Amino acid sequence: MATKAKTTKKRRRVQADEKVCIGCKLCEVACIVAHSKSKNIIRAFNEETPRALSRVLVEESKPLTFALQCRHCDDPPCAVACMTGALRKDPETGAVLHDREKCVGCWMCVMVCPYGGIQRDMREGKAASKCDLCLELDEPACVAACPNAALFVVEDED
Amino acid sequence: MHKSLIKAEFQVQRDDYKCIRCRVCERQCSFEVHSYDADADRMFEDEMKCVGCQRCVEYCPTRALTIQPHPSTIRPHGNWPYRAVKDICKQAETGGMLLSSTGDELGHRIYWDHLVLNASQVTNPSIDPLREPMELRTFIGRKPDQVDVRLVNGKPVLKTELPPQLTLETPMMFGAMSYGAISYNVCQSLARAATASGTMYNTGEGGLHRDFYQYGPNTIVQCASGRFGVHREYLNAGAAVEIKVGQGAKPGIGGHVPGEKVDKEISITRMIPVGTDALSPAPHHDIYSIEDLRQLIYALKEAVEYKKPVGVKIAAVHNAAAIASGIVRAGADFVTLDGLRGGTGAAPTRTRDSVGMPIELALAAVDQRLREEGIRNNASLIVAGGFRNSTDVVKAIALGADAVYIGTAALISLGCTVCQKCYTGKCPWGITTQDPYLTKRVNPEIGTQRLTNLLRAWSLEIKEILGGMGINAIESLRGNRLHLRAIGLNERELDVLGVMHAGE
Repeated sequence: MATKAKTTKKRRRVQADEKVCIGCKLCEVACIVAHSKSKNIIRAFNEETPRALSRVLVEESKPLTFALQCRHCDDPPCAVACMTGALRKDPETGAVLHDREKCVGCWMCVMVCPYGGIQRDMREGKAASKCDLCLELDEPACVAACPNAALFVVEDED
Repeated sequence: MHKSLIKAEFQVQRDDYKCIRCRVCERQCSFEVHSYDADADRMFEDEMKCVGCQRCVEYCPTRALTIQPHPSTIRPHGNWPYRAVKDICKQAETGGMLLSSTGDELGHRIYWDHLVLNASQVTNPSIDPLREPMELRTFIGRKPDQVDVRLVNGKPVLKTELPPQLTLETPMMFGAMSYGAISYNVCQSLARAATASGTMYNTGEGGLHRDFYQYGPNTIVQCASGRFGVHREYLNAGAAVEIKVGQGAKPGIGGHVPGEKVDKEISITRMIPVGTDALSPAPHHDIYSIEDLRQLIYALKEAVEYKKPVGVKIAAVHNAAAIASGIVRAGADFVTLDGLRGGTGAAPTRTRDSVGMPIELALAAVDQRLREEGIRNNASLIVAGGFRNSTDVVKAIALGADAVYIGTAALISLGCTVCQKCYTGKCPWGITTQDPYLTKRVNPEIGTQRLTNLLRAWSLEIKEILGGMGINAIESLRGNRLHLRAIGLNERELDVLGVMHAGE
């Protein structure tokens, strides 16, 4: 379904359809596995410490539920606010990427993100944690794991 | 409160090595079987609440769960199986009638499994449906006794005015399931799949939501004893009208949608106040004779200006043949028979399991009676009640049906695991519920695709079987019982079914 974005002007992001999101949170499970060391679901949860963080979070106000992650904005406020250059808009893929090595954990990005798409990662030192669109995979793990087709990849082209 | 004597029906087993405490099971279970203790970092299960729907098993990402019939058992006894004991305990505790859903579960004989089909060998060539055209098109409606064809300028022209007909591209339709019994998303899936497949779905007795008027050409609208949502526009929105007198799962009993399920949209569609029980009377209060039925049939025909077929649905009961004859003579364009195994959202258990008869016997009796009276062409015969696969359909058509309704099979294609808890309104698969947190579980896009696939697959199989018989149109099989033989039935059963034993 999804293909890797190649052109400069593409904007790729994961979108949720709240009408059919059932709030199972299998997307969160898949995200944790995709960002684990072993990529094995049982090891990722039961053996790896610290456990990987989910970069997608299911927002709940029952009956409404939907999964939310970084919107990979055209003009990302987080990248503007980042004082170390750890956050940048990748011109090739359109993804807003985070470089953990550069991040000092000042949380300015967390403050400015209008969507709540960035979390604090306090597991080993302080750093931001956000969706990387699973660029190394054919399809983001959350999208592949959604049992009800409530998550899908949209690509805008200018 | 004293101790309940009802035992757990299912055992919930969790492989603790595989469990990752993701709590997906807890969120998916609408009966609150699973719970998480954060202090102990452990999942707990309340087996007493488990209905065996398998939702958690299917959604567990590590397949750590197994749900199986509970192994602890009372001492086996021929007359007192646990089912009988459990029912007595339940009634001793509640003092109420037993309620259940779906069709008969006692396992009365399924005659389809005792009928086999014929195929061509040597003297009459079989047909390869992949290479030659194969016709499944079916017309529902009254057929004239004879047709008047005149030659006009050397070309034949049909002078007889044909009564209104429904055109189906396959002899299968989705049976009556009301908005209220099933969710908006399921109604939408059925309507869209019927449209995509060139067939019909039936609204059931709950009226038609405004959003679904667009699927009218593929809709049969129902008029039942409660007259919920029945008005002139509704009657004209569909392609045909069906008067529901009875339902196979609960002959002699009206429908019941509890007030908790009647939300704003259902209230508008059914034309009843929000939160009130939607109780259909057992009889139509204006029908106490065939003459009364005739009046309603013609009142509805007037309402649709004689442009749409008007039919009558009855449950398969002892005198079905005589009743069907009366229905045809009263002017119905089609007769629907619903057998003992037909589904329901809610029915008294005793009625569901013991009232009525298997559809095979009713179909054979009705078709035979209408033929003997020379009125078989006056109405089409639609049958319903537990059709499980394409050969059940083929056998029904050979026994004399024009088309079949599938209901439970359609819901199974959407995820239903026949847990029989529709009446609780908590369907964990999001099908027979109005809880907005649960109804989202049926994605209409996926639902439409699955239902369309099901009809397509069965249609392909029907073509394959027809080809094997050397028949290239379903019309040629209709009522041709010589294509059926029975295995393991006694002479009375063979007589009623009108088929010979295999080997004869």
